[in-house]
Order: sequence, then structure tokens, then C-alpha cells
Amino acid sequence: MLALCPLLTPLVTALLTALLYRRENARRTVSLVGALLFLLGAVALVVEVDRVDRIAVALGGWPLPYAIEFAADRLSALMVLITAVLGVAVLLYQAGAADPAPETPILHPLIHGLLAAVGAAFVTADLFNLYVWFELMLIAALGLLAHGGEPRQLDAAFKYLALNLVGTLLFLAAVGLIYGATGQLNFSALTQAAQRPELAAALPVYVALLALAFLLKAGAFPLFAWLPASYHTLPAPVLALMGGLLTKVGIYALLRVLGQVFGASPPLFYESLGWIALLTMVTGVLGAAYHWDLRRILAFHIVSQIGYLLLGVALASPAGTAGTLFFTLHNILAKANLFLIAGLIQVLAGHYDLRRIGGLYRARPGLAVLFLIAAFSLVGAPPSSGFWGKLLLVRETFAQERYVWGGVALAVSLLTLYSMAKIWLEAFWKPHPENRDLAPVAGLAPAWLAVLLLAFLTLAMGLMPEPLVRYVESAAAALERTAP
Amino acid sequence: MMNPRALVLERATRPLYWVILTAAIWILLRGHNEPGGGFIGGLVALAATAAYAIVFGVAAARRLLPCAPLPLAVLGVLLALASGLPAVALGRPYLTHLWFALPLGFAEPKLSTVLLFDAGVFGAVWGALAGYVLVLLRDAESAPVEETS
Repeated sequence: MLALCPLLTPLVTALLTALLYRRENARRTVSLVGALLFLLGAVALVVEVDRVDRIAVALGGWPLPYAIEFAADRLSALMVLITAVLGVAVLLYQAGAADPAPETPILHPLIHGLLAAVGAAFVTADLFNLYVWFELMLIAALGLLAHGGEPRQLDAAFKYLALNLVGTLLFLAAVGLIYGATGQLNFSALTQAAQRPELAAALPVYVALLALAFLLKAGAFPLFAWLPASYHTLPAPVLALMGGLLTKVGIYALLRVLGQVFGASPPLFYESLGWIALLTMVTGVLGAAYHWDLRRILAFHIVSQIGYLLLGVALASPAGTAGTLFFTLHNILAKANLFLIAGLIQVLAGHYDLRRIGGLYRARPGLAVLFLIAAFSLVGAPPSSGFWGKLLLVRETFAQERYVWGGVALAVSLLTLYSMAKIWLEAFWKPHPENRDLAPVAGLAPAWLAVLLLAFLTLAMGLMPEPLVRYVESAAAALERTAP
Repeated sequence: MMNPRALVLERATRPLYWVILTAAIWILLRGHNEPGGGFIGGLVALAATAAYAIVFGVAAARRLLPCAPLPLAVLGVLLALASGLPAVALGRPYLTHLWFALPLGFAEPKLSTVLLFDAGVFGAVWGALAGYVLVLLRDAESAPVEETS
């Protein structure tokens, strides 16, 4: 039953908050309590899975491989945990006055619907079921994009829908082809069926199609156009939630499907994935360098960071997988926190545009420190959490004698530093262009608390990486063990 | 009201509403072993609501629903989710469905948690689609009616 917690807790919370459509305060309370319960369940899942390796439930008691199976291993449990942490932080932030999303009756059901879809995608053990959760994720994300109702948000929602539907259709087509070839959808059954020699020619093509769909969802080069076209229209907490989580579900799906379910693909596949990873890193970071709007800069950095995660997948080794997993966890925390900090910057200094703000270092030194923690982590300066993530990845590229890949990954760090330095100089260091004193803003306490929580977790990951590194290494080893 | 002078329609709709609704519940129950079930039953119930709304107006049709459309849909989904819990209490996987016979003396109807699940689907379909249909019909009511000679 614990394996179902990532689906059922947010789903029931979404339904309860939908029932309370006339009572805003009760809705907020139920929403936050639901997120905390989700977090509790996620912690229990991480602990339990570390003890028994894998817990599974076949719905309805039907025999496998016909039942829809939900299963959690260490990889799933860590992703569920980070989802729950982000859910709590974002809902806490939403209670503050820093660029919150409008409190319409549909907001909390949508947020929890998104959490349910993401959580369920991490624990499902069935390829078609995974598709269903991707689809629900798309619907919830679309709702959140259009939810503000401004014309530019509707425009963003349309672009998001049009481009993501292509990915969803690719996914569905690939699932159909794979089912047609193997007759299976359950992950374990697919692993066995994939060994049949008569499938050796066709299956890699279908898996590549599947991978293409995941790459589009992850925002990899050159399929990331939907991301910078839509994310900058979102209010800060929703942006942190979607920008932090959604692309990483694509990475998780790649890790699960390529690293475990179908086992090793042809070398050409990983070779091209590696180069896609490099191009993603470079285009993302260059796109960010061009912009002045905080949200656009950070949205492009999502793309750039996805490159690192793909690099780990392309390395196709337990060490690469462990690096990707560590980096994913670090990146979700750091990136979401930067979005939340951007919301605070906006509400304190008056704008998201760096050219029109400044003077925050003098007015709010605390915020400056919090920004530096998240920014250094994103850049990967030691001893931040990003440093360990990059260390794990780059060490593995050198171990595999992929010197170009490792070199580009390091060079992109410098360009990331450029973007972060730009935000620092413009928003914090230079005086405010209108020379006005930054007045205190009331009602920000929950938002500060959320930012502090994420900054604390980032710091903890950076200063005490060993337990987590050990956990991700055993997660990667477990994937390797169960792969064909 | 779309057309206040449709006397026959008005006379027929009031009993028809209950006939259609009974049919919907019959379809829900028969779906247990034969074609039918919660989804189709919910759609048929929606037909009753829509017919009533077209003849007597949206507000009157809304009053006849068991509760407002959104809570009806949400409670339906919650009921469907809850129907999987008794199995968990007995140590079986979630959503494993249980059957038992109800001895009434004159008959022994078979009850099951599947029926709860189906009733939940019934409520979800009826509520969600009624929400849409009533809003659409309300817009149609407030739109200017073109006179035809």
C-alpha cells in the first residue's frame, strides 16, 4: 500500500480541495496538510525501500503481467521524496505574499493533481500506465498555465499544449509499437520479452522513438522550444513546481526505460545522446545569457541543466546513473529555490526585469545570502550540492575517456557562473535605478520559510553528501542488477 | 425556458425524467454481469438532466440533482477510490474486489465492492458532464432567441 501513497495522497487531497471550492481557508489548510502527509509517506517509502530493495503491489490482485503494477525501488523513492519536499515548499510559499498564484477554487486541485501524476509516474511499473500519468501531468500543467487567464498566459498554454502533444503522441505510438512487438506492458515482463532474438532488429527503433518522446518532455536540444515559450508567464510558486519537477520526469523515464527495462541499447544511441546532452547544455546556457527577465534566464537554465542529466544517462554506467540521480535531486532543489527567490526579488524590488531593479544587497542581505547558496549550487562551486553532482558526472566522463564531454560540462559551468553573476550584479549589487528605498512588504513570512527550507536542504546536501551518494549508488546498482 | 409554449413536451418531461433516471440506475446495476455499468448509467442519467434543463430551465434541473455537479463528481471519484480499501483492510492488494450475498429471505442479491466502484463512476460521469451541460444550456438561455415566422 505504501507504494500507492505517491498517487493516492495527492489525489485524495486534490479531490478534497475541490470539494471545498467555496471555503478558501479550509482549502489552503487541507492542501498543506495533504502535502505534509505526502512528505511523511515519501520518507517512509525511502526508509522502507532501503530495507527491502523493492516494494510492489499488483492492483486488484490480478496475476502479473496482466495486473497494473505499482512498484517502488530506491530510484522511485528518491524521486517521490523530492516531489513531496517541493510540494510542501511550494504550498508554503503560496501562502505568502510573494507573487503567489491567484487563489481560485481550481488552484489547489491542480497543484495536487500535478503532484499525483508526477508521483504516480515515479512508482508505476507499467509502460502504458506511465503514459497515462504523462498525459495527466500535461493536463494539470496546462490548467496551471492557463489558470491566471491573462492573454499571454493563454498564449503560453497553447504553445505548451501544441508542442507537448507531439511528445505525447510519439510516446503513445512507441507504446503501441512495443506492445505490438512484445505483447507486454509490465516492466518486468518487457525486460524478459526484450531478450527474444527475433526482436533484436525492431525493438531498438521503438525504444529510440520512446526515448525521443522522453527527450521532448525533458526539454532536450532541439526539442525544448515549448519551455522558454511558456514558463516565464507563470507566478513564482507554480513556476518553481513545474520548472523544478516536470522536465525531470522525462529524465526519470529515460533512466528507468533505458537503464533497466530494455537494458543496453546500441552504442550509437548513447553516442548521439551524449552529443544531444552537450548541445542542450550549451544552447540552454547561451539562451540564458541573452535575457534580462529573471524568469526567462532561469527557464533557460533548466534546459542547460537537463544537459548534465542527459550526460549521465549517455554514460550508460552505474556511476553515470548515480551521478544523474544525485544531480537531479540537487538541481530540483536549487532550481526551484532560485525561482522562489526570484519571486521574492520581484515583490521586494518591484520587477522581474534585471534592468529595472537593484540595491537588494544593501536592503536585504539575508536574501542575498540565500541567493548565493542556490546560485553557487547551480554553478557547482565547492562545497555546494551542485559540486558533488558535477564531480560524480565529470569523473565518470574522464573514467570513460570522454574528455570532450567532460570538458564541455566544465566550460558550461563557467557560463552558468556568468548568468548568476549577472543576476547578482544587477539585482543585488548595483543601486536601484529609481534610487528608491525598498519598503518592507507584509505577509512574506511563509515565503521566506519555504526558501529557507530549500536552502537548508541544498546546504545539507553539499556539506554532508555521503549518505545521499551512498543511496544513489545503491539505487544505480539496483537498476543495473535488474536490467537484462 | 427555451420554448414556453411546448405543452406536450412539458407534460411528458416530468414523468420521463424519473423514468430515464430509473433506467439509468437499472443500467448501473445490470452492468455487473451484462452490458451496462456506471459510465453508461451516468450518461443516461445525464440525458434526464439535460432534457429537464431544456424544458424547465437550468436552475430547475440543478435543483433536482442530488447535490451540485462538482461535489457530485468529486464524491463519485472518492467513492470509487474508497471501494478499493476494504480489500486492504483484509490484507489483499488495493482495489481487489470482494463479493458477498445479502440473505433477505425472498432473494439473495449479490453485493460487491465493484458495485461501489461503479456507483462512484456513475456519480463522477453524471456530475462532471452535468456541470458542462448546465453551463452550456445556461449560455443558450441567455443568448437572444431568433424569431422565426
